[in-house]
Amino acid sequence: MIRKLHLATSPHLKDEEQTAHIMRELIYTLLPVLAIAVYYFGFAALWVVMSSVLGALLPEWIWKREGLKDGSAILTGLLLGLTLPPGIALWIAFLGGFVSIVVGKLVWGGLGQNVFNPALVGRAFLQSAFPIAITTWNNPGGWTSLYYPSNLAMPFMQSAHADGLTGATPLSIMKFEGQSSDIMHLFLGSTRGSIGETCGIVLVLIGAYLLYKKLINWRIPLSILLTVLVGSSLFYWMGTGFANPLFTLFSGGLMLGTVFMATDPVTSPLAPRGIWIYGIGIGVLVLLIRYFGGLPEGVMYAILLMNAFTPMINRFVKIRTYGHKK
Amino acid sequence: MNGIDRIDKKDNGGMFGFLKNSPSTDEFIKGLWRENPIFVQVIGMCPVLAVTNTAVNALAMGLATALVLVMSNLLVSLLRNFIPKQVRIASYILIIATFVTIIDYAIQSISVELYKSLGAFISLIVVNCLILSRAEAFASKNGTLKSVLDALGMGIGFVFALLCLGAVRELLGNGTLFNIPIFADAYQEWIIMILPAGGFFTLAIWLTVFNYFKLKVKKS
Repeated sequence: MIRKLHLATSPHLKDEEQTAHIMRELIYTLLPVLAIAVYYFGFAALWVVMSSVLGALLPEWIWKREGLKDGSAILTGLLLGLTLPPGIALWIAFLGGFVSIVVGKLVWGGLGQNVFNPALVGRAFLQSAFPIAITTWNNPGGWTSLYYPSNLAMPFMQSAHADGLTGATPLSIMKFEGQSSDIMHLFLGSTRGSIGETCGIVLVLIGAYLLYKKLINWRIPLSILLTVLVGSSLFYWMGTGFANPLFTLFSGGLMLGTVFMATDPVTSPLAPRGIWIYGIGIGVLVLLIRYFGGLPEGVMYAILLMNAFTPMINRFVKIRTYGHKK
Repeated sequence: MNGIDRIDKKDNGGMFGFLKNSPSTDEFIKGLWRENPIFVQVIGMCPVLAVTNTAVNALAMGLATALVLVMSNLLVSLLRNFIPKQVRIASYILIIATFVTIIDYAIQSISVELYKSLGAFISLIVVNCLILSRAEAFASKNGTLKSVLDALGMGIGFVFALLCLGAVRELLGNGTLFNIPIFADAYQEWIIMILPAGGFFTLAIWLTVFNYFKLKVKKS
């Protein structure tokens, strides 16, 4: 008799194609970021992002993993492309996408098994492999410009046009010259920087949309941004020479990283209290690297470091299962 | 060491199968492929990751280690009946350290530049666990000829593995091979490859490649 009953543990209600659905939604929400990047940097932004997406798709195609079907490879490539400078050689962006998927995802056993965010693994690889190319920031060329000359370097070769119109990002100006930039430019995105990180206002709006659709956990952006806001306010009021809190929030990759990379459900903790530890950790590390470290920007390393702590956080801060006491 | 267990003892010895006709030659060829110290046993990782940033460094380090390995195996197997069990490890270290000191001075006299680039890693050959493990696991239990053949095989396998890593890392990280430029002047160096992280990457990729071919050989 009992065998005729359907016995199973929860969950009993399932949504079809969860992963593919979330990936598709995230890809759609990244398209406005890409569009605004094309408006500021020209079509170079599109070429760079397309190269990294192709680089991410290649290993999935070679080893025939699930990433082709559920769109996770496209998402990884898209996210990686948005963290690269617009003037980077296309072959470097392609290589970055390839490394993201192979080192960041496939060697761990595929989607859901990786410890580190794949896109950030690819970017960390490029940062240490090509430190000069990845910190060469071209001036925004406007949407009429088709490409930067440095985009077209031959594979494995340096760009022949190294001396294009380049300069420092607002964060490096702050770090090395102690000068803040106009907050309005940071909101609107008309500064030098990575393809997807410059326009603060669009990223805030997209973050709000993702929160509304419950595609990302609200605790992660809240904990990171609160930590950075409180921490930078303390430094701003106590010491001299520190950036003002709004500048710290909207400069560099903080918004992009907070909305799209720290919220990766695979590499962030499960339990609510664990998520707070994770988010506060990222915020503290961002401030430490930006204010006291050697690099002008530290969002990537902050997220990767806290990714490394995630298994440990999950071990010590467990989700309280329904029906059990604490 | 589970890599050793997984290998079929009856395999044809990989690409060196034609040599496999007597027990002594088997002691020699096992180090080249079947029990390769780096790709199968995965021991002696310190120099493998640290000094393979160029092919020249890798070759020098490999040869130095191989030489110490052969000499120490020879001496340990000669003295194996005279060394008391209780102090055998200390005695092996003493024997190895003697040869490392000789190699240290030899490299210093051959090329000061090379000596500087290898740095402390020459002295660290003393504690290379490949050499100690061959002394403990093989030379102390086998005859002189077998021990020397074993050391030669392991040494050549070690040089081969280090060269595999050093060549890839120098080629990608510097665009050269044995200091000869391979790519054009405008080559974009992959700085990460000559940093320690590149050593881990390259080792992992080589291990993947070797395991892939080993599984393929086993299947067919």
